[in-house]
Amino acid sequence: MNIVEVRRLSKQFELHILKEKRIQALESIDLDIAEGEIIGLTGKSGSGKSSLMKCLYRTYLSSAGHIFYRTGQGRVIDLASAGDHEIIQLRKTEIRYCSQFLSVIPRVSAVDVVSEPLMPILKDRAIAQEAAKDLLERLGLPKGLWDAYPVTFSGGEQQRINVARAIISRPRLLLIDEPTASLDTRTKDVVIDLIRSLKTAGTSVLCISHDEYVLDRLSDRRLHLQSGRIVHSIQPSL
Amino acid sequence: MSMQQHPWLLRVENLTKIYGEPGPDTLSKTGPSFESNICPDTDSIVACADVSFDLYPGEVLGIVGESGSGKSTVVKLLCFDMEPSVGNAWLRPYMDGAVDMLHVSGQQKRFIRHHLMGVVYQNPRDGLNFRFSSGGNIAEKLIMAGHMHVGRIRERASFLLEKTEVPIRRMDDLPASFSGGMQQRVQIAKAIANHPPLLFLDEVTTGLDVSVQAKVLDLIRELQQELGVAMIVVSHDLSVIRMLTDRTLVMKNGRVVESGLTDQILQDPQHPYTQLLVSSLL
Amino acid sequence: MTPYTKYQSRYNFAFIDESTKKEIRRKLLKAIAIPGYQVPYSSPEMPIARGWGTGGLHVTLSLIGKEDVLKVIDQGSDASVNACNLREFIQSMTQCQTTYDTVDATLIQSRHRITEEALREDQIFIFQVPQPEPLRSVERYEFKTRQMHGEADYAKMWVSLYESFVRHGDIMLGAGYPVKVNGRYIMAPSPIPRWDIPNLSQAKTLYLFGAGREKRLYAVPPFTTVEPLEFEDVKFNIEQFGDQRCYKTKYTRAFLDELYLDDGSRMHVVNDSNFLDKLEAGAEVNPFFNPYLAKIDL
Repeated sequence: MNIVEVRRLSKQFELHILKEKRIQALESIDLDIAEGEIIGLTGKSGSGKSSLMKCLYRTYLSSAGHIFYRTGQGRVIDLASAGDHEIIQLRKTEIRYCSQFLSVIPRVSAVDVVSEPLMPILKDRAIAQEAAKDLLERLGLPKGLWDAYPVTFSGGEQQRINVARAIISRPRLLLIDEPTASLDTRTKDVVIDLIRSLKTAGTSVLCISHDEYVLDRLSDRRLHLQSGRIVHSIQPSL
Repeated sequence: MSMQQHPWLLRVENLTKIYGEPGPDTLSKTGPSFESNICPDTDSIVACADVSFDLYPGEVLGIVGESGSGKSTVVKLLCFDMEPSVGNAWLRPYMDGAVDMLHVSGQQKRFIRHHLMGVVYQNPRDGLNFRFSSGGNIAEKLIMAGHMHVGRIRERASFLLEKTEVPIRRMDDLPASFSGGMQQRVQIAKAIANHPPLLFLDEVTTGLDVSVQAKVLDLIRELQQELGVAMIVVSHDLSVIRMLTDRTLVMKNGRVVESGLTDQILQDPQHPYTQLLVSSLL
Repeated sequence: MTPYTKYQSRYNFAFIDESTKKEIRRKLLKAIAIPGYQVPYSSPEMPIARGWGTGGLHVTLSLIGKEDVLKVIDQGSDASVNACNLREFIQSMTQCQTTYDTVDATLIQSRHRITEEALREDQIFIFQVPQPEPLRSVERYEFKTRQMHGEADYAKMWVSLYESFVRHGDIMLGAGYPVKVNGRYIMAPSPIPRWDIPNLSQAKTLYLFGAGREKRLYAVPPFTTVEPLEFEDVKFNIEQFGDQRCYKTKYTRAFLDELYLDDGSRMHVVNDSNFLDKLEAGAEVNPFFNPYLAKIDL
């Protein structure tokens, strides 16, 4: 069963302050994501990968088309047109987005950054923090950094925080942008393992990556974007 | 079942405030497309018009706009500092949301204001009585809620001041002797004294030093997470809005020009004014 | 015999013209109907300046009849200049009887004290009030205090009591301690000592308050509950005189004045002069039952 069915999705930016300049980011995208499926999204920068992901997360408003999403309770919601409150609710419980770079609220410790998505679900800070520490341990973040502010961390350390924060609440749909860009091979493998274990539990993943190593080990299927269109879809030949 | 039908905490419809006598075309001749909120026929001033939104329990809603956009007016109308010209608002904990709170008696409004809301103003002098000690200011709220035991009032005031990181030994001092940041903390302690489900924050960090601003924002965020209180945050500062809010209304010339999830407003603004605002963000 | 005959021929009985008396009586009826509520009234010109007892005088003059027996007291004494002048004026305008004895009076006009002797149903007690607004110390605008009364919004008043307690360890209000009347309005009892506050509650007599300068009348009808504001853990109490007693009579159960003698020593004496005289003469007295006195005895 598909968790997401994107139909004729288009995204166009109208830049009023640049003399009404228009930029076509996505054009008539059709895409199905099955439950428990991991899709690798590839393409040059500017091809629309991030735009597609942000449309799914509603950080971007779609210009045309539909994004049908099947909730855990079996309701179908069009993410392109649903009310803001519905989207907020889904973000809290089902859909998580992990951007390329960690952008967190300043002056919050690593453990709190990671455990925050669990708070509305568990409502117990101590338990949420335990789960966060567990995850940070597996991702090899030095213990000394757990209570520090991630703003000061290296790229690789921030990346680990970012990934941990995205997966800790075991979302039904995970949108993840370059999860391993600045990680060493050992940590890459941990991330791959963690995401695959989510998949076994039913999570569907849309993953942008340039890393063949990761794409090979992670994705069930690859989509290649060019100028806002899906140009080909590669099924791994097993 | 009724919660399913009405999940909102606060519902606002057509909130409008006009100064002076409006003419028949006042609303249609003012607003962002005219770059003005002054009616050309009657010279009446449309402080805000047709503002409608739902606020959910625990939600943080931002209202952003330049000075004169009407954002503070919206808050002042909702916390009864001003009377609206037109408009209705329902608050779930008041009469189960069945009675328009903007059209009840002054006594009822005062009850709502002091039991179901907290307000933190830009200027601490608007939210605090400078003739009373900081503890006395908190006591005022508690007394309004029927607490008549000095010992317990002081206990609760100490707890709240500790929570907002005001040294407890300053409890019996006048707020005039406090720094600006500490005055805001006392205001916040007073605002949350009666566990209100709804908090209004009107430009609370404007005018504070950057480092003090950061600490006040941290406090607000922590309290929000801990208490789960819904908030309406008014600010001209998009970084405050980005840090605190889930959803944002953008106002200009007294009207809401755009509303959406805060990350969408910041990354994919639709209205020309919002695009300008976002592009000016440092 | 009396040098005031020329006034009598020129002025109405009891000085004030009948229609103004009627107005004042109507306002008094309203005040009685809403215990503790301040009723605005005309406050007509008097031959004394406003602020010198005109409010009390208005009430007395609009109620007094030829058969009334008048007593005028100023802080416990009938002999002060203010009391004498007011009494003489009223007497000459009405030819009424005057008295020194609390028991004989039908109308008692007083400044800043209630008599020690219990008052009866057939007596009316009239206070001269300088500041009728109990909220004035916390709110300077009249339109706001009226709104606060209207909405029973008394938190600020309570906070000022809280602040007084925090600053001084006690609610430091010597005279004019704010009271709640009939569970509704907060009222200024005029600057009577705290000693007298319990005597306002469930009294047999009618208490009327006149504030001439501020143009307000209010009332505590007989058998109305009047409660001093107090917290659950910080209670109202009357003045404590410790071991002091009246140096003339050794009496302790009355409000005492402090006297400084020429040699610098201090003495205490019963403030209510009529009561003192009766005690000294060994006459029978019938003081108010003051529940707070029981605490002193312990």
